[in-house]
Amino acid sequence: MKTEDLIKLSFRAIIGNKLRSFLTTLGIIIGVFAIIMLVSIGTGLQSYISNQLSSFGSNLIFVIPGRIGGARTPGGVVSNKLLVSDSKNLQTKLKSSAIVAPVISQITSVKFKNKTNKNTTIFGTTANYPDIVKNSTLAKGSFFTPGQERSGSKVAVIGNTVYTNLFDSTNPIGKTINIGNNRYAIIGLVEKRGSTFGVDQDNLIIVPFGAAKQQFGITNINAIYMSAFKPELVPFVKAQAEKTLLKRLTEDDFTVQTAESSLSIVTSITNVLTIALGGIAAISLLVGGIGVANIMLVSVTERTREIGLRKALGAKRSDILKQFLLEAIILSVTGGAIGILFGLGGSMTVAMLLFSTVTWWSVLLAFGFSVLVGVVFGMAPAIRASKLSPIEALRYE
Amino acid sequence: MNKKTLLKLENITKDYRSGDVITKVLKGITLTVNQGDFIAITGRSGSGKSTMMNIVGLLDVPTTGNYIFDGQKVNRLGEDRLAYIRNKEIGFVFQSFNLLPRATSLENVILPAMYAGIGSKQREEKAMAYLTSLGLENEMYKRPNKLSGGQQQRVAIARALMNDPKIILADEPTGNLDTKSGNVVMDILKNLNKKGKTVIIITHEEDVAKQAKKIIKLADGVLI
Repeated sequence: MKTEDLIKLSFRAIIGNKLRSFLTTLGIIIGVFAIIMLVSIGTGLQSYISNQLSSFGSNLIFVIPGRIGGARTPGGVVSNKLLVSDSKNLQTKLKSSAIVAPVISQITSVKFKNKTNKNTTIFGTTANYPDIVKNSTLAKGSFFTPGQERSGSKVAVIGNTVYTNLFDSTNPIGKTINIGNNRYAIIGLVEKRGSTFGVDQDNLIIVPFGAAKQQFGITNINAIYMSAFKPELVPFVKAQAEKTLLKRLTEDDFTVQTAESSLSIVTSITNVLTIALGGIAAISLLVGGIGVANIMLVSVTERTREIGLRKALGAKRSDILKQFLLEAIILSVTGGAIGILFGLGGSMTVAMLLFSTVTWWSVLLAFGFSVLVGVVFGMAPAIRASKLSPIEALRYE
Repeated sequence: MNKKTLLKLENITKDYRSGDVITKVLKGITLTVNQGDFIAITGRSGSGKSTMMNIVGLLDVPTTGNYIFDGQKVNRLGEDRLAYIRNKEIGFVFQSFNLLPRATSLENVILPAMYAGIGSKQREEKAMAYLTSLGLENEMYKRPNKLSGGQQQRVAIARALMNDPKIILADEPTGNLDTKSGNVVMDILKNLNKKGKTVIIITHEEDVAKQAKKIIKLADGVLI
């Protein structure tokens, strides 16, 4: 039998039973769609996170209190032992390789006239902060100077959320806001950053370190931010910082975190997530495959007489085998193709709202898997059909 | 008329086994069919005539005995080889027509040529010619459920003729037809025989059997 005839026969059988063919294909469509969608979302999440992290600057190194994964005081509270002097020590030691800024952060409400903005993060830091944290360029005004920082001037640089909530698009520069009982003059506005992991990055106010220290009456600092002069210096700075801090503190008191190490933690989490999502989707494709097998088996039983007749008319065992196998493959491939279309469409839709990146390997994997499912699950029914004896098949009612 | 031997059954037996019970359906059939013969095989139901027809038609293999078809001993041939001979040399006409329900008359007739690997244009022309010669020129694109029983059986005959077989095997070809349609079918078979085609029919109707040139009676697995 000619291949073109074989293809014609298989298509005829599929089209001859539209509803059943559609339902069979549906399992594959959903499976392939799910694989592409979930993997895209997983990958999208990953690239979103790494973009967010690198927007802070890839030379960035943080020193945070406590040891990640290490001992904590009962109740899970990290005992904060970092001091301003630690920050100063680091600045001295790392003069030629990094810039260093201590950071105090507190969350509180701020007021302008009768308006209140809640949950604002107040950053108290030094004048070199914009050189360290890359996404703190200003839309308006200027950052405070080292002089203002030393004198403990009550000046503030505000984030976009604070601006929109308190000033309704009027020029905030020169206005005065209340943080607690103190009044701060606004000198700058940070460009809109958006949110990271659902946390608003624009609900912040940056004030001089001295002013914040006085405002909140604290001696410990919440973090030390450092930026290596070159990306290659990051490991050196990290090692030096650890060495310096260990002179006064123990390993459990602090963690030196680089953007890269945060990224690798996040990446390993999202990798697991992507694989898990893909695995779940693969199961649904497998179920789809079982659906194909089931329908093909029903189809073989239903068409027993037809198979007998075809054999009586001269169909070889291989002709029958090929026909049924081809039917299963056509169903799976068609389902796979439709699933890819929906998957791509769905991923692009999600990409507009959230994050989703279509990866070629997920498309390839989904398609390959759907073809495999077709072959594997089409095989058993096809073999069964081909082995039917013509007289028994013809007698079948 | 050419009296060349077409097929020869030599002491053919056929047993069916179901569990420990062995049923002997054919108990030693010896028969020679020459080219151009028109034979009717008659017998009560259960006499083994269908089993004999299946063996003659290479749909089944005998338990013992020799079957020589067209000079070739066929009772131990492989499945694919048997399929090839069925396709090329044997045309089947069944009592219940056995047309593919989802295919048109034309597609049904083409089927054996498809399995023979004949090109689509050539086989279509040939199928149309057969359908026209059997008075079905207006029924070519209809499906079996739009045809009368007589018309369906004529489609089946066209299909049986498609690959120019040496022999037509018809198992109760008039069994599902009224007398008038039955006569039309018998006239076609007689006409084919006149043109030299070997025809074997199975029937339990005396009137039908009488129209053949030779009647063979089968009872309880033996020829009488």
